[in-house]
Amino acid sequence: MNSNNNILVKLNNAGFRQSKKWLVEGVSLTVEKGKIVTLIGPNGSGKSTTAKIALGIYKNIEGSVEKYTTKVGYVPQKISIDWTLPIRVYDFMLLTETIEDSAIDEALSLTGVIHLKNKNLGSLSGGEFQRVLIARAISKKPELLVLDEPVQGVDYTGEIALYELIKKISDTLNCGILLISHDLHMVMTATDHVVCLNGHVCCSGSPLDVAKNNEYKALFGEKASQILTTYEHKHDHVHSDQGEIKKN
Amino acid sequence: MFDDFFIRALVAGIGIAFVTGPLGCFVVWRRLSYFGDTLAHSALLGVTMAYTLDLNIAISVFLISSIIALLLIQLQKRTNLPGDALLGLLAHSSLAVGLVVIGFLTFIRFDIMGLLFGDILAVTTDDLLVIWTGGGLILIVLKLIWKPLLASTVNYELAEAEGLNPDRAKAIFTILMAAVIAISIKMVGLLLITGMLIIPAAMARNISDSPQKMVVFSIFGGLLSVILGLYSSLEFNTSSGPSIIAAALILFILSLFKIKQSIKLKN
Repeated sequence: MNSNNNILVKLNNAGFRQSKKWLVEGVSLTVEKGKIVTLIGPNGSGKSTTAKIALGIYKNIEGSVEKYTTKVGYVPQKISIDWTLPIRVYDFMLLTETIEDSAIDEALSLTGVIHLKNKNLGSLSGGEFQRVLIARAISKKPELLVLDEPVQGVDYTGEIALYELIKKISDTLNCGILLISHDLHMVMTATDHVVCLNGHVCCSGSPLDVAKNNEYKALFGEKASQILTTYEHKHDHVHSDQGEIKKN
Repeated sequence: MFDDFFIRALVAGIGIAFVTGPLGCFVVWRRLSYFGDTLAHSALLGVTMAYTLDLNIAISVFLISSIIALLLIQLQKRTNLPGDALLGLLAHSSLAVGLVVIGFLTFIRFDIMGLLFGDILAVTTDDLLVIWTGGGLILIVLKLIWKPLLASTVNYELAEAEGLNPDRAKAIFTILMAAVIAISIKMVGLLLITGMLIIPAAMARNISDSPQKMVVFSIFGGLLSVILGLYSSLEFNTSSGPSIIAAALILFILSLFKIKQSIKLKN
């Protein structure tokens, strides 16, 4: 079945219906090792649903999902944690897998929340909690990382740093990332493949291709398209991990 | 002073506390106290079935409670009624059916009070065997499903996405709930089992900052309640089941002071 060993998860014409209403349909996409695939689209376009199909959370789906890894890290968009459970950041890090203390410390340091290690999860702010969620997902060194708007609620400088971190993780761990993001700059700079959703796949391809696509323009407006294309024109350099600029 | 029956009661109660401690934590975390109540009410039906068909009470209660639990899961999927309404429906109808069936069984003299509040002082050596082997099995299984169960308690989708199979853990946990009720119905009674599950765990919540600590404190709270309750029932000649629950309540009230203290420390 798996002709290409780099494939981590593959959706074939996948869709999901909830009480007779299609949340999303006809999605085909592939996430490969070391590649970042980004889902964009307006609210209610089925981005989170697509991620959940890829993760196997939704079971009665149309089409099919082929998953070639069990080492998965997930940062959900909405997480409601019941505070009747006393749980510290440290316990939360060990929730789905037993990992070494050094790996926990490393992940928490990378996302800048090591000082919160023994704090109760309920006492964190939204942004702090988001950083802990990312740390938890990367600490288990997954092969497939699914990030559903991972930087929501994070302050501006933190946002940039976290996106840089995500890019770095995909390189160092050589893991595939399925990312849902509203940040078009991020989509432009780091993503290998963009899938634009609106209940179905409206267009997909490299960031530049998508930006030029008329359906994309119709969905996001001319401005959004300019962000991507102008960005590409200016883009005669690459950023190193430390943020230094290197000429191409 | 230590009559033999008292020692047996103590050993039985200690065995039950070891099991209700950790299970009670999950009951509190997963907001299942009314669910536990429903299973306990349905146990009456199990007891009448045991008498009618001449079965072992623990086995019969276990079967009926498991059936009610599975019925509940099916009803939740197939109807639009909210969970608590379904629980109320099952709890009171199974209790009513149980009482109606008792009415037909005129040839048996039922100790209704014993059934409702338990009779820990009437524990036999066979009962001890049921409690300790059954309890041991329950704890072993709970240990095996601990990670997926805890993870899905925190967040179902996270557990599912990262391959922990939370549905299976939930189904097994439901069976464990039926089992703990089955082994403790004779000792604590169907009205007090939920108290034994919830009160020590609630007490433990007040004084712990991690899931593991809460389980340990919950077990200790249960053990202390059993010992205090039984000794005071001997001393003051009160009924033993309610005395145990009353002791648990006192521990819970004491634990509230600890919260007050920690709030003061923060300020």
